[in-house]
Amino acid sequence: MTNRRAQSLWFWLFAGPAVAGFAAFSLWPMLESLWLSFCQYEVVTPPRFIGVQNYAYLFAHDASFWPSVKVTLVFTVIQLPLAIGAALALALLLNQPVRGRGFWRAVYFLPSILPQAVFAVVFGYIFQADGGLLNRLLALGGLHGAAWTTSPTWALPVLIGISLWGFGYPMVIFLGGLQNVPRELYEAAHIDGAGAWARFRHVTLPLISPVIFFNVVMGVIGALKVFDLAYAFSVAQAQPAPGGPARATLFYGLNLYQQAFGYFHMGLASAMAWLLFACILLITAVNFRVGRRWVHYGD
Amino acid sequence: MHRRTSAATVCLYAALALGTLVMLVPLAWMLLTSLKTYPEILRNPPDWLPAAPQWQNYRTVWEGFAYYRYFLNSLFVAVMVIAGTVLTCCPAAYAFAYYEVRHKELIFGALLCTLMLPAQVTVIPLFKAFSALHWVNTYLPLIVPAWLGGNVFGIFLLRQFFRTIPPSFIEAARLDGASEWTILWRLVVPMSLPAVLTVVIFTFLWSWNDLFNPLVYLQSEELCTLPVGLLYFIARAEQLTGGSLGQTPWHLVMTLATIMVLPVVGLFAVFQRYFVEGVAASGVKG
Repeated sequence: MTNRRAQSLWFWLFAGPAVAGFAAFSLWPMLESLWLSFCQYEVVTPPRFIGVQNYAYLFAHDASFWPSVKVTLVFTVIQLPLAIGAALALALLLNQPVRGRGFWRAVYFLPSILPQAVFAVVFGYIFQADGGLLNRLLALGGLHGAAWTTSPTWALPVLIGISLWGFGYPMVIFLGGLQNVPRELYEAAHIDGAGAWARFRHVTLPLISPVIFFNVVMGVIGALKVFDLAYAFSVAQAQPAPGGPARATLFYGLNLYQQAFGYFHMGLASAMAWLLFACILLITAVNFRVGRRWVHYGD
Repeated sequence: MHRRTSAATVCLYAALALGTLVMLVPLAWMLLTSLKTYPEILRNPPDWLPAAPQWQNYRTVWEGFAYYRYFLNSLFVAVMVIAGTVLTCCPAAYAFAYYEVRHKELIFGALLCTLMLPAQVTVIPLFKAFSALHWVNTYLPLIVPAWLGGNVFGIFLLRQFFRTIPPSFIEAARLDGASEWTILWRLVVPMSLPAVLTVVIFTFLWSWNDLFNPLVYLQSEELCTLPVGLLYFIARAEQLTGGSLGQTPWHLVMTLATIMVLPVVGLFAVFQRYFVEGVAASGVKG
């Protein structure tokens, strides 16, 4: 089609709904949310402008804001390297000439696509202090298991452990990256006398660095939006408020939900939403800066 | 390429098998618990297998507690979301793949940015707007965004696939007098069925597994989808079972969890290739 006007017409007919959806469900809410973050808004009365008070309150007075930041940071710093490491290790194993590769890949990927709520409930049951499978098995060995789910010390490590079952996405992405590494490079490195570690370090790693980078960025963003897992875990443990015990599993995304829909502090929650958005912008920008330095994009 | 020693081979398979065990134990425990009686789940030390599989647990949950309703609710939402996604993402992907329009790349880039955006960032204004429209406590907030190209990942994936179709095919169809609409649905989409199927599968997963949005927008219990229903069930298990069981009836909770998981596992068993390709495609741009 050479006619530019006809092209433009068809473009907007076809892409119009999606662009309208973007404007209505992403762009406009972002702007509205910015406005609400400067307002006192508790649903029953219309929003009232109060300047930066929401932000000031979050930073200086709110009891749950910093704990939820800390939970999210701890989760990211511990879970992400473990998940990426496990995903890369499994991908390297499955990239070997193994029999039944499809079967293994399926088994390791399957838990990733199941509802997070189900995982939280099933593991919540397994980790229960009384009646949970883990402690009953420990008791068989003469050990006394902790109250995993009700102890402020153990609840977050347990959630980190549960979330590790979901490394299937980065694993499959790593597999795709590994399969794109030309075999000749390995052959050449082998002829040059490079051992297995040297081949990994100097051939595989540089060539899959874009994929590592992608997985890290997605993993950080994933950590910032943890909700289903933590919420369902709280409910399954019959905790009085989500994020317990003692805010030990109060993820940022869960705290935001709780402020907005548990306590109807919508203005305050909007300020949290904008801080989250700013954080994502920052992470993305920093990642791309750092990424440019150590990621090898080839020619 | 490089010969492995047999010891290394044994280690490799042992590691893979051990990992498999770890991956599947929670699911196996869920399934086994769902087939036990209440006294059996209390037993300590635990029995791995139920003395006799209690299939009637499934009937109790499905009919007795009317969980078929939640199942149908989930299914209804998923089908509507999938229909909207296919009907609006295919044309959008076609537009972004084949037409030259000013600022096209900029618009596409803006759409892709929303993939980074957690739902929590936009939920408050959306809730406010949907309340004003009296859409809260209906399925509209879950379904309508999908009918406006809400699945940006789908647009991205389809566009990648459409671009592999030689433009000469499309030009030939145009010379034959086919309209753009016909070319899209009669030529391009049928040639891209694997990509469309991948999008359908992932849309189903997101809709079926989602807890956050139904929790925000659905308030009355009879509208609930399965993930919310599961949490309701746990919270009110004593009431539902008439207080006859002292503790949470975990065998019935696990029955419900299994019911939720079964369609996903079934789809995965049949369409594994599309799941894997969809995920791999998301990493391509990385």
